[in-house]
Amino acid sequence: MKGSLISSFKSIASGMGILSRGANPLRRLGDSVFAFVVFLAAFAVIILMALMVYELVRQSLPSIEQFGVRFLISREWDPINNVYGALPYIYGTIVSSLLALLMSVPLSLGIAIFLSQFAPRWLRAPLGMLVDLLAAIPSVVYGLWGIFVLAPFLGKTVEPFLADHLGGIPVFRGPAYGIGLFAASVVLAIMITPTISAISREVMANVSRDQKEAAQALGATPWETVRMSVLPLARPGIIGAVILGLGRALGETMAVTMLIGNVRQLNVSIFAPAYSIASVIANEFAEVTEGPHMAALIEMALILLFITLLLNLLARLLVQRTGSRAARVKGRP
Amino acid sequence: MAGYITTNNLGASFGGVQAIENITVEIPANKVTAIIGPSGCGKSTFLRCLNRMHELVPGTKISGEVIWDGRNIYASEMDATEVRRGIGMVFQKPNPFPLMSIEDNVSAGLRLAAGRMSKARIAEIIEHSLKLAALWDEVKNKLGRPGGSLSGGQQQRLCIARALAVQPDVILMDEPCSALDPASTQKIEDTIDKLKKDYTIVIVTHNMQQAARVSDFTGFMLAREMSDPGRMIEYGPTNKIFTMPDRKETENYITGRFG
Repeated sequence: MKGSLISSFKSIASGMGILSRGANPLRRLGDSVFAFVVFLAAFAVIILMALMVYELVRQSLPSIEQFGVRFLISREWDPINNVYGALPYIYGTIVSSLLALLMSVPLSLGIAIFLSQFAPRWLRAPLGMLVDLLAAIPSVVYGLWGIFVLAPFLGKTVEPFLADHLGGIPVFRGPAYGIGLFAASVVLAIMITPTISAISREVMANVSRDQKEAAQALGATPWETVRMSVLPLARPGIIGAVILGLGRALGETMAVTMLIGNVRQLNVSIFAPAYSIASVIANEFAEVTEGPHMAALIEMALILLFITLLLNLLARLLVQRTGSRAARVKGRP
Repeated sequence: MAGYITTNNLGASFGGVQAIENITVEIPANKVTAIIGPSGCGKSTFLRCLNRMHELVPGTKISGEVIWDGRNIYASEMDATEVRRGIGMVFQKPNPFPLMSIEDNVSAGLRLAAGRMSKARIAEIIEHSLKLAALWDEVKNKLGRPGGSLSGGQQQRLCIARALAVQPDVILMDEPCSALDPASTQKIEDTIDKLKKDYTIVIVTHNMQQAARVSDFTGFMLAREMSDPGRMIEYGPTNKIFTMPDRKETENYITGRFG
């Protein structure tokens, strides 16, 4: 087993040209050791990932066997009678993340377009750094700020305003709590904005000048130039940025737990409190020891991992499709 | 002959470095005017000042006047996008919108222009522009393919068609053939010859034979030292510039003694 691993590594390494031939033996030994170390580093990630999935599946098996698909569509969560259903959590996770995207994407694209196309040179670096700094704020700080500043503001001002003017739409109906799905989404939106805007800014800045001049020479205004030259070429990168932001939103635990309200319910109103997968795991993990409750929580982790992977894969495909089209087209002289 | 485009003491700088200086020329209507000169003499900068493309690069300054059809394009009431619409440009490196279809590339400028146009009218302009650019026969069966799928020479003719579609009356060409093979160059020169009936054309080229072949008037530009701004050394009818130039520098350049 061990021998075959080493020999298979050797064949990979020599295939990649890491192993040198003909150098003196000591140098060759050094090369081999180096190649082995970097190979191990890369391999460790795969092993880690596989172990994680294996362990999650193994420990959630009791729950999977007992509840099957019902786990995904049931809204019951009763540790006393050991009946578990994850729907409210899945709902809370997905809806809060999508709402966050809805708010963050226009904002981030605005930031990216301004910084890459319109901002005067002296403003670019400091402003860009300021946006990037948002990513460095710990999520517990976001949570605290959300509880003491954002949630009261939303509950007293924004939510009544939305209810008054858009109350015809069910999602804006219902009592304004402040703490709830909406508050969690707003904080998530702020948290993922640096990710989305930084990557979008980079890809937009990389659109070459002659592409922009093509539009400008036709009499395009600055905005028309962005629409005609910059956005189409930056699109694959922007999609990638959005998915990265979504991934962050789906998994965010602390800030969401502090703001979403932690009430297991399915309520159409976005003002109502809700719950998320990451939050329920964080909240209940300390209290359980073994048995079905634990299995149910671990299955939730598996579901979260699965949702994240699925969305990433989807994004990859999307980027590859638009990206390969761009590459095919650019490949010509 | 009165200039259709006249420059008065035109100068331009990049971030404090003077690129061209003191250029006064009269470019006649419905003729091809070539601008020649060694690398770094400011030919492209001069060209880009004629339709206000130069100012798009941050840190640039322009002095003097450019009179186009009786109006100074740098006057405060002139709209730069209007100027660029009326004075089209073709660049050194073919730059079609790579993901946009061939027909959308041609109609891109039209779709920016104010007012709705009927689909039939747009299709008509697309066909007309592609025919003028001598590309129609090669692409008429694949108008929906992306612009980036064409060969380099075809891409450049697509760019010419795109510039023609907005119906400018002047077309500026910045070394349009320098990235192309001889066959494609030939096609573009033929196109230029056809176009001058309806358009005023200014072409920058580092290829003297090309200037001699396609142009009616020629301007020779030169920067005396590397750090000096480029000036218009001599400007006149092409056959005079190439056979009996007034200035020694022009003669040296034409006969290949430098540059």
